[in-house]
Amino acid sequence: MQLTLWTYEGPPHIGAMRVATAMRGLHYVLHAPQGDTYADLLFTMIERRDARPPVTYTTFQARDLGADTAAIFQTAVSDAYARFRPEAMIVGASCTAELIQDDPGGLARALDLPIPVIPLELPAYQKKENWGASETFYRLVRALAGPKAEPAPRAGRRPLCNILGPTALGFRHRDDLVEIEKLLGALGIDVNVVAPWGASPADLGRLSAADFNVVLYPEIARAAAQHLQKTFGQPMVETVPIGVGATIRFVEEVAALANVDPAPVLAGAPSRLPWYSRSVDSTYLTGKRVFIFGDATHALAIARVAAAELGFKVVGLGTYTREFAREVRAEAALHGIEATITDDYLDVEAAIQAAGAELVLGTQMERHIAKRLGVPCAVISAPIHVQDFPARHSPKMGFEGANVLFDTLVHPLMMGLEEHLLGMFREDAEFHDGAAPSHLPRHGTAPSVPAAVEPAAPAIEIPLTAPPSDDAPAAWEASAEKELKKIPFFVRGKARANTERFARERALSRITVETLYDAKAHFGR
Amino acid sequence: MNAHAPIPTADAGCGVTIRQERGQRAVFCGLTGIVWLHRKIQDAFFLVVGSRTCAHLIQSAAGVMIFAEPRFATAIIDERDLAGLADMNEELDRVTRRLIERRPDIRLLFLVGSCPSEVIKLDLPRAAQRLSQSFAPDVRVLSYSGSGIETTFTQGEDACLAALVPELPRTAAEAAPSLLVVGALADVVEDQFARLFAEMGLEHVAFLPARRAGAMPAVGPNTRILLAQPFLADTARALEARGATRLPAPFPLGAEGTTAWLRAAADAFDVEPGRFADATAPGLRRAEQALAPYRALLGGRRVFFFPDSQLELPLARFLSREMGATLIEVGTPYLHRGHMAPELALLPAGTEVVEGQSLDAQMDRCRTARPDLTVCGLGLANPLEAEGLATKWSIELLFTPIQGYDQAGDLAELFARPLVRRTRLEV
Repeated sequence: MQLTLWTYEGPPHIGAMRVATAMRGLHYVLHAPQGDTYADLLFTMIERRDARPPVTYTTFQARDLGADTAAIFQTAVSDAYARFRPEAMIVGASCTAELIQDDPGGLARALDLPIPVIPLELPAYQKKENWGASETFYRLVRALAGPKAEPAPRAGRRPLCNILGPTALGFRHRDDLVEIEKLLGALGIDVNVVAPWGASPADLGRLSAADFNVVLYPEIARAAAQHLQKTFGQPMVETVPIGVGATIRFVEEVAALANVDPAPVLAGAPSRLPWYSRSVDSTYLTGKRVFIFGDATHALAIARVAAAELGFKVVGLGTYTREFAREVRAEAALHGIEATITDDYLDVEAAIQAAGAELVLGTQMERHIAKRLGVPCAVISAPIHVQDFPARHSPKMGFEGANVLFDTLVHPLMMGLEEHLLGMFREDAEFHDGAAPSHLPRHGTAPSVPAAVEPAAPAIEIPLTAPPSDDAPAAWEASAEKELKKIPFFVRGKARANTERFARERALSRITVETLYDAKAHFGR
Repeated sequence: MNAHAPIPTADAGCGVTIRQERGQRAVFCGLTGIVWLHRKIQDAFFLVVGSRTCAHLIQSAAGVMIFAEPRFATAIIDERDLAGLADMNEELDRVTRRLIERRPDIRLLFLVGSCPSEVIKLDLPRAAQRLSQSFAPDVRVLSYSGSGIETTFTQGEDACLAALVPELPRTAAEAAPSLLVVGALADVVEDQFARLFAEMGLEHVAFLPARRAGAMPAVGPNTRILLAQPFLADTARALEARGATRLPAPFPLGAEGTTAWLRAAADAFDVEPGRFADATAPGLRRAEQALAPYRALLGGRRVFFFPDSQLELPLARFLSREMGATLIEVGTPYLHRGHMAPELALLPAGTEVVEGQSLDAQMDRCRTARPDLTVCGLGLANPLEAEGLATKWSIELLFTPIQGYDQAGDLAELFARPLVRRTRLEV
């Protein structure tokens, strides 16, 4: 047993629902007790879908347990077929139905429906949501993709590819797809089938007509793409085009497979990120300590963007996707750190604290951890709340995705710096508790400045009468105090602390102007 | 626990048709009750023994609350437990010990059964007994089932309170008659009712659940119970088994419901009519005043209720009698004929009451009827809105204070808001 408060992933049948809900013409009959329909509202509320997911639940109750549940399941399958007339069905059990050991596949087969009915084995006590999505998509592709279509000879036609991976409830899947289709279009490549997003079972039957496959989210589509590679000899591109560098690599790889010229697509400045990152305003981002946690796809990609494209220092990297632990460990090693592979948010919280991060990039959960720790944060991976299914176009992939990433990753820091200044210079006229954030307009009268400016933080003043102790700070000479005031206000606090530490370590009894500059030389980077 | 043998279709004797329906049900399981119960009993912790699905459900239902150090969690059963590689009782003890060490402020721990734990027949009552002994006297451990196979949504509260009843102290045989109000109410509502009863001159009034584990009320043959919520079948039965007497009453929703509910207590304690009128007059006046503006909005509106919480009958009664709405169909997950008799008597003749659900058939009826307002769960609300139907999501009625005089206006507003919104939007 595992004590759990928060879970990063749902059970595997939620993954199956994500695939079914993404598709058209497919229906999922889920053998599950009353109450499991809660999952519908993830799709209707968080993703704001305008239709119920194509899922029929058997919703059995205690009085049905016994021989009855198998009959209930068969009735549900027949009724769902009669009502929805799907092109194909998937059937399976949720965690409780797994225990009562009805056989959904066998029971459905016995009904002899005139459509493909694909049974799913989703071990609910071992596996989780993303695995469930991957397995479901793989089973669907295995059952429906074939036979091998003989593609027309390449000469005289445009190259053709499939895009695999986007699902319902995916983090920015909707907008990533738009960017990728735009890139492929610009390269002169046609899209054969996008799946599962928007695909019908018949569309899966046409997968083999493509020249190659583009895998956008490996944890969902790698297994299916490997199957297609083995069965139809379709090569795959698995570079996740998140960030400028990765997008360029992606374009080059796709262009090589399609035998087209990538140069026109890469010409000019397709993303604003490089210039924004080089502009002097971004200098203060250098070496910012960043902790990254999320699903494997996003954690890996964002770590590269953070280090190579924004100049951050990656001080923590981890994932809850155990299936990709090896990749994440290897990436972490490149940053000289050890990866955090866990699905326990308390471990993540401890790792964030231990790493001393100045920025956290993670899931909804890390947003709350960061809030508690008072560290700036941006969301880069599922699980996510409703606000991360935005109305506006907001991709993470491609060149526009890189623009979005720059804004997303830098915005909380701007806010963080501002908050920091407000906290540190409470006594200054322009930075006091009542001052409005600088990016908000003032309405009418200016906020009232405290009439008498209170001396800042009296709590940290050490009374002169205090008994001497080992860590009592040395006294500041008046001249040194005056010199300190000349230091720009935004580093004054740090200078004071460093000087006192310097004096303490050398057991100096008084701080002079000399001490101040000795400390500066000692600590200066 | 709450699975009841089907009762043949019966006419309630007041022109209300009650029909039963079976099939796919789009409802929450009883685990969801934890989300409001843990806020009510401030030193209790709820440990679900279940699967990742259970943890995922509570997380989805609790929304952002999950991060405010909430007092609930899930002990997730894994394959080692199922394969017998780990002794499940030892595992449960280990998990519980770890929990109590981390949260020493906890005085009452509920082990909450789920579908998986019920199906594998994990004996949680015995585990609770065992753990109670090992943590005595600091922590009491009780158990109840919130599984979907046995409980629907608010029935989780019923199961929880019913588990508390055997633990309640016994009142002295010669004790003066006392009133026990049963059902978790928002603190603000509870305080209002306490003041109203005091003004009527009732001296011995208590509420179940109490706000702290150590302050649970006593019960005995002199106890009169007044149900504040309609979903407390097992709790009432357990209290009656301890000698308490239930006072039949409609539920305290709307001005009329609140007055009738208070009157049931006043009559049982021989409160003089003048005093009752004096005590209730200010509240009644305020409720009338607050309700008036909503009559124009809700009057004549055709309303359809999907089953959810068992609050549907009292809400339908309020909407039809006090707001002038027309009822198309009133769905309820379960209908306790005895507890609901006063409500059924107040529903307009010809009201269609449907107990249970066959989701697709019910959605077809709803689409055909094209109601002005559909009360339903969050899984159905947006899809029905997309089909052009105005909806009111029903879960809010459990989390918002709606009982009593001073909440009557808020209750009407909850139903009026979606209709007002539709008149405002021009896109």
